[in-house]
Amino acid sequence: MRAPDRTEKIALLGLFALLAGGAFLPQWALFLVTLALAKGLVVLSLLLLMRTGLVSFGHGLYYCLGAYAAGMVGQLLHVGDAAVMLLVALAVSCAVALIVGLLLASYRGIFFAMLSLAFSMILYGLLVKSAALGSTDGFNITVTAAAGASLSSASRRYLLFALSASFAAMAAVGMHRFLGSHLGRLAPAVRDNELRVEYLGASVRRVVYLNTIIAAALTGLAGALTALVVGHIDPEMAYWTTSGEFVFVAILSGTASVLAPFLGSLLFELLRSFAYQYSPNTWQMVVGAAMLLVIMFLPTGLWAVFGRRGKRVA
Amino acid sequence: MAAAILETRGLSKTFGAVAAASNITIEIAEDTVVGLIGGNGAGKTTFINLVTGYLKPTSGSIRYRGRDITRLAPRQVTRLGICRSFQIPQVFDTLTAYENLLVGTGIVDSKDAAEAAETILARFGLAPFRDAVAGVLPEGVRKLLDIAMALVVKPRLLLLDEPTSGVSAGEKFAIMDLVLQAVRAAAVTVLFVEHDMEIVRRHAQRVLAFYDGRIIADGRSEAVFADADVRRLVVGEQPC
Amino acid sequence: MGHVLAVVIDGIIYSSWLFIIAVGLTLIYGVMKILNLAHGSFYALGAYAAASLVGRWLSAGRAPFGSYAMLILAAILVGLVVGPLIERGLLRFMYGKDEIVLVLVTYAVFLILEDAIKLVWGVDAYFVSEPYGLLGSLSIAGLTYPVYSAALVVVSLLVGAAFALALKRTRQGKLLTAVIQDREISAAMGIDVRRVYLVTFTLGTMLAATGGALTAPTVSVVPGMGVEVIVLAFAVVVIGGLGSFAGAALGSLIVGMVRSAAVHYLPAVELFSVYAVMAVVLIARPKGLFRALEARKI
Ligand SMILES: Nc1ncnc2c1ncn2[C@@H]1O[C@H](COP(=O)(O)OP(=O)(O)OP(=O)(O)O)[C@@H](O)[C@H]1O
Ligand SMILES: [Mg+2]
Repeated sequence: MRAPDRTEKIALLGLFALLAGGAFLPQWALFLVTLALAKGLVVLSLLLLMRTGLVSFGHGLYYCLGAYAAGMVGQLLHVGDAAVMLLVALAVSCAVALIVGLLLASYRGIFFAMLSLAFSMILYGLLVKSAALGSTDGFNITVTAAAGASLSSASRRYLLFALSASFAAMAAVGMHRFLGSHLGRLAPAVRDNELRVEYLGASVRRVVYLNTIIAAALTGLAGALTALVVGHIDPEMAYWTTSGEFVFVAILSGTASVLAPFLGSLLFELLRSFAYQYSPNTWQMVVGAAMLLVIMFLPTGLWAVFGRRGKRVA
Repeated sequence: MAAAILETRGLSKTFGAVAAASNITIEIAEDTVVGLIGGNGAGKTTFINLVTGYLKPTSGSIRYRGRDITRLAPRQVTRLGICRSFQIPQVFDTLTAYENLLVGTGIVDSKDAAEAAETILARFGLAPFRDAVAGVLPEGVRKLLDIAMALVVKPRLLLLDEPTSGVSAGEKFAIMDLVLQAVRAAAVTVLFVEHDMEIVRRHAQRVLAFYDGRIIADGRSEAVFADADVRRLVVGEQPC
Repeated sequence: MGHVLAVVIDGIIYSSWLFIIAVGLTLIYGVMKILNLAHGSFYALGAYAAASLVGRWLSAGRAPFGSYAMLILAAILVGLVVGPLIERGLLRFMYGKDEIVLVLVTYAVFLILEDAIKLVWGVDAYFVSEPYGLLGSLSIAGLTYPVYSAALVVVSLLVGAAFALALKRTRQGKLLTAVIQDREISAAMGIDVRRVYLVTFTLGTMLAATGGALTAPTVSVVPGMGVEVIVLAFAVVVIGGLGSFAGAALGSLIVGMVRSAAVHYLPAVELFSVYAVMAVVLIARPKGLFRALEARKI
């Protein structure tokens, strides 16, 4: 086992700071940070795809699948244990990605984006018409226990926060290591030149397939976490605007660091909740304008502001 | 004569009305250096594309060390021990020169990948560019990197497509010497496409001349360069 | 049997409506390589503008038949104002960026326009059904249809015919085809790509607005009406092949028929069916029905 490098140290320090600081946060802030961390996992998974040269406009598929998987564990099996819910969500999103990923693996660019979108909209179309699952309204979900132990509502809030923070830190470190491994290094190689990758004896399809599945797993987990935190799920989670929002946060964050998705996500949640609070009728406009500004002036993402200037990022 | 490492029989490829390769039958002996000449559009790149599986032949067959590889994909062909360089360098533009090689060595053998990448970097004189991003390297250096990457996978047969194109006239000879030295050190059979007849004369033990998708001459370089057809159809229209 | 006929007729009406919108989307993509997510907002703008103009016209007590002119006027106005504004004011700074980044740019425009519409028109629904009822109805094999729907089919056919003729017969049309097929060469040949872009985007916007304006009398005009349209129009152009006009026509027909059949026989799979078809087509023909795969030269 090698010693943790700078990124990994920051991730771990960040985790400790969060776990300690979380206990003192007011309820609304705790909620916001928890949500931002959970959604940051989705953005992290988009970072992996973007490093592979792919953008998915259909990540809502796994996000929503994870949420509904967790919710159905509660509703059908009457299990309110967070651990079970998250595991089932992970398993379901991986299983679906194994099939969908097979179909997606031959697509690139705009076609990858659109076919992903089609799959997420298929799920949306199904859910909207499923009366048993609450159609457009969705249903509520509650966590009553964690790994066997039952929970009060305050401890539930902190537990979900701590869970999100731990997943975020673990995922960031894991992703960082993966991207630095031989297998992970194939991601930018595929983005830059597929032909050469094949002529080096590796399968581009397999790289894309693997990365799609990893991304789906992270997103499914994030969906379940979000569902537990918010306490409610509806088909909107699979709608293309949800996916579009994730892509925006991914662009905002940039692909330079595995930590950027979480900062980007936090920034976005703050922007959104303030915009929503101060101008409920124009918050989308504020978000849209912010998006244009980022695309125009920070094409490599916000991280460029903190990042080492001048050095090209791989 | 040593055993044939590559053998093609009646290899043909047509694009609509264009016959980019027609009825090419050759054997290449193990451990030789073969030069491939021909004017623009003669079918040299097409031949390499066919052998490495980038193009599927319209008809004919390809055998590599006795094994039929006719319909295999580039990845499979590469894994069997054939690799190529490209007329237009195919490198990973956002990665550094070192990382470019590391991608390759990592695929081949993940344990000693870093060391292997450094060795090749040094052998091709690319050490000064180690940490420069490939996208901004000068064309000549990209070309070298492209060839180095073909060697990363430890091929037994290497097909070089115009290794010195895009390199300044003054550097051509030095680069070709460097490349062939590196290649010979690894005991690899080489087929190289080249427009500069001086370079062909200097390095090729055997020369193949293509015209219009056909072989018009094949043999030792003196004999091929003395051939009337070659003088008229290849050397005569040699560009620049 | 009557049922099948109803499915087909509904499908044709629905396809016609889709085609008007999708052809603008595919035009913009074909020429500018921008998959325009704001297309749905242009559609909504057309609908709102039409609702306002028709409302004024009628409340001023003018001849009811003039309201049709108002529908057309609304589409033209939206096209001429919004198209150039967005193309000159924003998009031209983005050319050369990655296709996906351009999608995001139009996503931002979509978000901004969604709220802009609410600011201008408020959040209450508008109803202008007069032009819809005015034409009466006709009956086909015992089924009754509003004449307005028939008119929609005619408009769609006219749009299609105009495009086919313009592309084949006029100089501008040929220029457009040249740009679609090869941008660099057409720029090298001295085609004013800048102007082509401006005209294209304006025309595309106008078509989306036409779709919206013609729909306004048949529905309640409400916030968010553009969101659903865009995903349907997407399915159409992706099925047909991005940038292909014939593809947009065929795609509209396929999506229209599939949806109509779903609505009649299996309402539960209405939206699902459209996307399932899109997924199937993409899997079978990765670049849509009307687009060849291009090989790469190495
Ligand atoms: N993918 C393709 N599609 C259509 N025609 C092709 C294709 N590849 C090659 N050709 C045609 O086949 C012929 C041989 O091309 P090839 O690239 O093999 O020539 P070459 O000998 O490598 O020439 P150069 O010296 O210019 O590299 C040419 O007429 C070329 O236009
Ligand atoms: Mg060539």
